[in-house]
Amino acid sequence: MSRVPVERKVLSENDRIAAGLRADFERQGTLCLNLIGSPGAGKTSLLERTLAGYAPDGRVAVLTGDIQTDNDARRLARFGFPVRQITTGGTCHLDARMVEQALADWRLQELDLLLIENVGNLVCPASYDLGEAAKIVVLSVPEGEDKPSKYPAIFFKAALLLLNKIDLLPYVPFDLARARENAQRIHPEMEILEVSCATGAGLDAWQQWLKERRVAAASVGR
Amino acid sequence: MHELSLANAVLTAVRSEAAQRPGLCVRTVGVRVGELAGVDPDALSFCFEALVRGTDLEPLRLAIEPCPRRHRCSRCAHTFTVVDYAVTCPACGEPRTDCIGGDELELAYLEVEEP
Repeated sequence: MSRVPVERKVLSENDRIAAGLRADFERQGTLCLNLIGSPGAGKTSLLERTLAGYAPDGRVAVLTGDIQTDNDARRLARFGFPVRQITTGGTCHLDARMVEQALADWRLQELDLLLIENVGNLVCPASYDLGEAAKIVVLSVPEGEDKPSKYPAIFFKAALLLLNKIDLLPYVPFDLARARENAQRIHPEMEILEVSCATGAGLDAWQQWLKERRVAAASVGR
Repeated sequence: MHELSLANAVLTAVRSEAAQRPGLCVRTVGVRVGELAGVDPDALSFCFEALVRGTDLEPLRLAIEPCPRRHRCSRCAHTFTVVDYAVTCPACGEPRTDCIGGDELELAYLEVEEP
C-alpha cells in the first residue's frame, strides 16, 4: 500500500462553475449577493423591502431558492423586477450549477445587482460557492443570540450580518450585545447591521451598504 | 444535511483521480474537514459507506482528518490553534489575528495498491 498526496477540493466541480459565474459577474459589473439564513429569518421580507426601494429601471433581479413552492417568487414578482424561483425538490441548499442554469437566458449586462435568496438553512448553504461577491447572513431576534456560536461556518464566511426583527427586542429575551460579541468572535471583520423589515428601522443603512458595493462592482466591470 | 452531496463529490473526485492512475486500486481516501466547514464527519462517513456499498469502489475507506481553526497574529506572526473562539494572540495579546485554516473541505491523499 502506498500513499499519494492529492490536492483537490471536495467541491471542486461546484467551485469551477462558481468561478465561471464570478468572472461573468465581474466582467458585466453585476454585484451578486448570496443571502443565507434560517427559514423565517426574514430573507424574503428583506428582499421585498429592498426591491420596494428601487425605481422600475433599477437593473435588479432576484433568484430565490426553496425546496418546494414558488411562493417567494410570487411575493417578489409584484415589484416588477425579473424574479426566478429555483425549486430544489429536496436539496437543502443552492449550488453553482443551479444558479448557472437559472441564469442561462438572462442578460447579465442588463443587471447591476443580482440578489440570490438561498434555501432557508444556516448550515448547508455555507459550503457552496455560488460565484457571489459576498455572502450575507440574516439572523432574526427570535432565533436567539447563540446562533453564531452554534453555526459558525456561515458566520465565518459572511461579509455582513443583518440582525433582523429588532422591533421584537422588547418582547423576547435576546441580548443584542451578546449576539454581536458571539458573531465577532467567529468573524472579527464581519460588518453588522441591525434592521427591522416590519418597521423599516435600519434599512437606510442596508440600502447604503448595497449602493456602495454596486458602485464598486460597476467600476470594476465593463 | 448536505453530507450525501459531499460524499458523492468525494467519490466523483476519487474516480477522476483513479482514472489518472490505471492499474492501481484506491483503498482509502483521506479528506480534510475543518471545524468551520459546517460538515458533520459522522454523517459524511455514514453517507460515504452507503454510496460505496455494492459498487466497484468497494472496499474503499474514508479517513477524515479533522482540522482545527488556526490563526496567525498580525503583529508577531505567532500561529496558534483557536480554542473556544478565542482569537486573541496568546503570545503577545494582539486582538487582530488572521485565520489561516479551519474551513478545509478537501482531498488530502489516496492510499493505493496493485490488485
